[in-house]
Amino acid sequence: MTQMFFFLLFVGITLYITYRATERARTTIEFYSARRSITAFQNGLALSGDYMSAASFLGIAGLVSLKGFDGLIYAVGWIVGWPIIMFLIAEPLRNVGKYTFADAVAYRLKQKPIRTAAAVGALTTVLFYLIAQMVGAGYLIKLLFDISYESAIVIVGALMMLYVIFGGMLATTWVQIIKACMLLGGATLLVFLTLYQFGFNYVELFSNITQKYGEEFLHPGSIIENPVDAISLGIALMFGTAGLPHILMRFYTVPDVKEARKSVFYATGFIGYFYLLTFTIGFGAAALVGREIIRKIDEGGNMAAPLLAEAVGGGVFFGFLSAVAFATILAVVVGLTLAGASAVSHDIYAGVVKCDRADEKQEVRAAKIATLCLGLLAIILGILFKNQNVAFMVGLTFSIAASANFPALFMSIFWKKFTTHGAVGSIYTGLILSVVLIILGPTVWVDILKNSQPIFPLKNPAIISFFASFASAIFISLLTHEKDSEEKYEYEKIKSYI
Amino acid sequence: MKEKIINSAEFKALVKAKKTISLTLASIELLIYFGFIWLIAYEKEFITKKILGNINLGIVMGIGVILLSWILTGIYVIWVNKIYDERMTAIKKKLEEGEI
Repeated sequence: MTQMFFFLLFVGITLYITYRATERARTTIEFYSARRSITAFQNGLALSGDYMSAASFLGIAGLVSLKGFDGLIYAVGWIVGWPIIMFLIAEPLRNVGKYTFADAVAYRLKQKPIRTAAAVGALTTVLFYLIAQMVGAGYLIKLLFDISYESAIVIVGALMMLYVIFGGMLATTWVQIIKACMLLGGATLLVFLTLYQFGFNYVELFSNITQKYGEEFLHPGSIIENPVDAISLGIALMFGTAGLPHILMRFYTVPDVKEARKSVFYATGFIGYFYLLTFTIGFGAAALVGREIIRKIDEGGNMAAPLLAEAVGGGVFFGFLSAVAFATILAVVVGLTLAGASAVSHDIYAGVVKCDRADEKQEVRAAKIATLCLGLLAIILGILFKNQNVAFMVGLTFSIAASANFPALFMSIFWKKFTTHGAVGSIYTGLILSVVLIILGPTVWVDILKNSQPIFPLKNPAIISFFASFASAIFISLLTHEKDSEEKYEYEKIKSYI
Repeated sequence: MKEKIINSAEFKALVKAKKTISLTLASIELLIYFGFIWLIAYEKEFITKKILGNINLGIVMGIGVILLSWILTGIYVIWVNKIYDERMTAIKKKLEEGEI
């Protein structure tokens, strides 16, 4: 039970940190943003911790090991949103907002309708992502630790509630930092041991692969059949990354804009490095473990990385990497829960219900109650969706983030004539179109509902919903005129420069 | 005071330069990524050209997209944190001194 040992070590350390952080999670600025005390380097690690999910670690390594080059194309898509965050979003978000990305959407618009809409966008993103992570967690932990699906879900849910309720953003950040170090360290060691087998020569590794699977393995495959789908997925990944509430929330934890910029630079470096490792792990698993065995244990290839660890490092390393995967899952749901709870307490409770007149104590209490509810909901949904194919929910999350959250945020930052109606319209357009088109598309309509033909041909709807959301933002804003919003736009713009 | 800074030609030029750099870098990133997908989808011959052993151009380009994304964020951070911030402070200082 090496994996149990390493996992309990992780839980022990993080719970101790949470205990120490309890004293520093009492006010809103502490609970939501760790009193803006995180350094750029720490935040860079935490951002990458929030972003590198077990789904991408185990899933992409598996995809590369089974599909070769096609898996690599998918991996590349996960990095390209970060430069967009850097160039277009991070600074203005930090300048005009306080705790959540809805702050930055709403700063110059009419509070009630826009906060409600932005919170709905944030919550839907968080919920779908949470379900996908929970189901994946139950399934993977069952494979790796040999405990039942339900108990895995309950353990993950209970721990994440403890971290957030008692430790707020400070504990959440340290959970991310420790997880990121474990994941990057574990993956580095795995790549090192794998390349050692090939004399640290990638040419050797690839000639081994082509000997086994033929050169076709290194050629683009299914993507050629449907390039529009690939571009649609690309749009979802690129702009969805820049619309993820738990990522955007992190820019409020550093002291100033300068540190916020630096943290994106560090995060992009860590994440890029991680995907380079993942892709090597995938090809390494194809060479040293073999597709047949990987597929036999798990159809989707999720066990490729742990199996490779066993092949090159034995049982202890397999145990360590399993614990890393568990910690990875746990950390991602912790970040998501905090972001979801903040949308409820800061945007809906304090912003809409109390009209910005809630006191500190009430708001923090609301945030903790929201965390509890969200945690229980995640556990229930995780168990309800057992044995369901929820892979489409990750695509749906990114599609909603790209077409509901991103356009409103972008327009609020960059377009003077943007109005409340335009913002609300664009958020709901993006949200509803994403959900409806996913249901009518091949993954749900054909694979899950067992119809013979999809009504909407694409697997990912972002190419439609993203542009439709922008179109409705522009169209509705031009029809409605809001003088207040234009004045505040000029005022805030000037304030952020001086 | 604020008015004076905002209306100065230097300030306007600097703000414009920043906007240009942000938008240019964002466009380069878009071009790199969607160009990569376009090449894979429509230029299979080109993408599968072998470069080193069995490693083909497509694999190298995939790694290239990841590295370039990081380098672009680096260029931006260096420019804004060093040059832009310094110039902005200089402009403010100059106009404040002029005020007295």
